[in-house]
Amino acid sequence: MAEKIKKAATEASLKIAEQLRRIFYDYIVDIKEFRGQVLVVVNKEKIKEIIKYLKEEQGFNHLQDLCGVDYYPQKPRFEVVYSLFSIWRRLYIRLKVKVDEEDPEIESISDLWQSANWLERECFDMFGLRFKGHPDLKRILMPEDWEGYPLRKDYPIEGKEVWKGFREIVESGV
Amino acid sequence: MGKLEIEKLSDSNFILQMGPHHPATHGVLRLFCEFEGERVIKITPDIGYLHRGIEKLSETKTYPVAMTLTDRLDYISSMINNIGYCLAVERLLNIEPPPRAKFIRTVVSELTRLSSHLLWLATHALDIGAMTVFLYAFREREQILQFFEKICGARLTVSYPRIGGVRFDINSFVLDEIYKFMDTMLNRIDEYETLLTENRIWIARTKNIGVISAAEAVSLGLTGPALRASGVYYDVRKHMPYDAYNEVEFEVPLGENGDTYDRYLCRIREMRQSVFIVKQCIEKMPKGEIITDKAIDIDISPERKRLFVAEDSLWSGFIAFLDEKRELIPKGEIYSAVEAPKGELGFYIVSDGGGKPYRMRIRAPSFIHISAIPKLCEGHFLADVIAIIGTLDIVMGEADR
Repeated sequence: MAEKIKKAATEASLKIAEQLRRIFYDYIVDIKEFRGQVLVVVNKEKIKEIIKYLKEEQGFNHLQDLCGVDYYPQKPRFEVVYSLFSIWRRLYIRLKVKVDEEDPEIESISDLWQSANWLERECFDMFGLRFKGHPDLKRILMPEDWEGYPLRKDYPIEGKEVWKGFREIVESGV
Repeated sequence: MGKLEIEKLSDSNFILQMGPHHPATHGVLRLFCEFEGERVIKITPDIGYLHRGIEKLSETKTYPVAMTLTDRLDYISSMINNIGYCLAVERLLNIEPPPRAKFIRTVVSELTRLSSHLLWLATHALDIGAMTVFLYAFREREQILQFFEKICGARLTVSYPRIGGVRFDINSFVLDEIYKFMDTMLNRIDEYETLLTENRIWIARTKNIGVISAAEAVSLGLTGPALRASGVYYDVRKHMPYDAYNEVEFEVPLGENGDTYDRYLCRIREMRQSVFIVKQCIEKMPKGEIITDKAIDIDISPERKRLFVAEDSLWSGFIAFLDEKRELIPKGEIYSAVEAPKGELGFYIVSDGGGKPYRMRIRAPSFIHISAIPKLCEGHFLADVIAIIGTLDIVMGEADR
């Protein structure tokens, strides 16, 4: 029974993905399915329009997650992953955008969901991706004067050097 | 001149720094508050004081070992964090725990929900000024922690579930004890309610405080009881069922007004439902294995395991991976969520075929709930800010990761 429901949900998500391909033909790069979860790889230019379409026309009203992934030597280097869920249709869909290191800019969706505000800030903090149109893009978990982006793959696990603020405290001898 | 100064004085807003080590902020949360008189104009939360880089650290650990890091996320409900992580890895590996393990997991996760809600009730009431509830709630929480001790030997950072099952079986004596305790628990919940639900001071401090409409709650990304108090029916246990939640019956309590009082009522009702779930699980508990054969295990050292594990099983394959890079974990990515006491706890794992998670992203409910504080506090008094922090039930270990 539960398996049947899961299968039906996957099929419904796939249908939505196909519909996306029909509407935004040139901007859909790939549609994949893994373990019942549908993934749509999208071109960077239209990401906001596609998310807006999914939110307003298809009822994906809950932004579950927004995060970055770094594939270091590959090009384009970064990915931004959006997990969307429709509370009343009980459907899940994942969108993915590839972002270059040279031009790490992507449109912000913080005016579609208020929760995206902090999620995008965290993404900026950890990967250095810039969100165009974000009201207050600054570091959130790391100190404001931190150098480097910790979740990048070329960032060493133990950090590069002792943080400036901590060094000041140690040197002041308090 | 004098007049000017007075005007200037009354124009300028009062600025208050609350935290990072204020007892009512439940950890190291700093709030930068701007007041006009005693009313809040603007609040800017500042987090990151407890940032330990768990997401980065887990990229250097193997899948079974990275589980211990999830204990340290929301350290008062570590059992559910572990289960959430295990479910994500299980979905990635396409394995399923045996039925008994599923039921045991459901029992322990509901016990965790009870203990977490008890701690929330205790501290929330203490912040508002009801000292008695604190002592009552800690009495029961202690008993639940003792059950955990009997089950796995640890009280807080349990690491009890395993990828593909659980670590130990629960014997029938402990199950009987839990079952008996659940009956007393129902009476105890009534006891808390006599202290608070119709208490005039409690109602004055919580009704119409931090009101949030359903549409706005969804937009803010609230989940768990904070969202359901606004009347939105969204519960991961019902919407994306995992473990044995398919096989038990329970209700999802909903609120109407979306204020602090409704969030309180929602959590209290949820505690009752948790009791019913635990009782049903113990009644229906099947016999059998507690961990699948395919499970990745950490209890035996790789050298010893190589002696008695067949070459072609996933088990030995995983060990073989530890030495040389071979593709044994399927490539792909998975998002898997559980209903933690605070809200929806999600794990997004990217695998590149190696034995370590290429990327482990944790969707922490507290992180998103803190981002909602400015909206909830708008136009309230300073004293209500404390009530709102309490009602969101935030844990900084999870928000900062």
